[in-house]
Amino acid sequence: MKNVGIVIVSHSAKVAEGTADMVRQMVGDEVPLAWCGGNPEGGLGTSVEAIMQAIDSAWSEAGVAILVDLGGAETNSEMAIEMIGEPRAGRIVVCNAPIVEGAVMAATEASGGASLKEVVATAHELAPA
Amino acid sequence: MSLDTTMHRIDLPALIAAVADTVSAHADELTALDQAIGDGDHGLNMKRGFEAVRAETATLAEKPLPDALKAIGTKLVMTVGGASGPLFGTLFLALGKELPAEPGRAELAAAFGKAVDAVAARGKSQAGQKTMLDVLYPVQAALAAGKTGAEIADAGDAAAETTKPMKAIRGRASFLGDRSIGHVDPGARSSALIVRIVTETLERDA
Repeated sequence: MKNVGIVIVSHSAKVAEGTADMVRQMVGDEVPLAWCGGNPEGGLGTSVEAIMQAIDSAWSEAGVAILVDLGGAETNSEMAIEMIGEPRAGRIVVCNAPIVEGAVMAATEASGGASLKEVVATAHELAPA
Repeated sequence: MSLDTTMHRIDLPALIAAVADTVSAHADELTALDQAIGDGDHGLNMKRGFEAVRAETATLAEKPLPDALKAIGTKLVMTVGGASGPLFGTLFLALGKELPAEPGRAELAAAFGKAVDAVAARGKSQAGQKTMLDVLYPVQAALAAGKTGAEIADAGDAAAETTKPMKAIRGRASFLGDRSIGHVDPGARSSALIVRIVTETLERDA
């Protein structure tokens, strides 16, 4: 797959899966897509290991854009990127955008073959000023 | 005995057990603090993380200190589940990276300083924002100033209390704005608890 991949990381598996469903319905199978939600015990939270697996599963040589919900999802995603390490780490970006709108807009942009930089910029336009 | 003479022969299994016991014993208190200004999972998350570390005691005890600290950091990152996983995990990972196998006080203070800076970078935070950093920086200062273990632990407790009137700017508590004022930060409290049990254990076993 040459299009940028999208990873959705929520504290809730239901939110993550539902967001992924919306993305799939809008952009079909044009972008690699993965989601994860819940802490290592299955409760609300996020898991670095699950995030690393989601990045693997949505990996594209064009890079991966991650959409997160609350604080811990962002910190855990940054940790996952660091643990994945170079050369892939430089092509994985955590977007500053609302998770649902950001995922849909980023995936739409990615489905047209946009670069990682363009995908991330599109998502960032949704961030509160 | 002072901390200085103990750094050369750390009883890692005793240290791990003591920290895990303390975190588990205070899990409900930490969760209650987090329910006031966060999402109410800090106690459970920290307990899960440090119990996972405890389960690896035998393997960890065979490693040189820096490698053991790195392995503890990775375990916390992978098992805690909230933002405190990467934050406490980074503290241990950075300590493992910076410490020599048999550190003295000066090496410990220098490594701890770099580890606290790494936590600040990970959380994109700084002192005065109602976080664990508000405990870790004063503890580092006490360590560098040659204070005793008890004095360092007291500095940590006093520093945790100073987060009470602070307004949260980072993390989930920042959503509350002014309503975060009046509660001790859960990460500051857990940091102070861990600092106290570590210093007490190191001095007791000296």
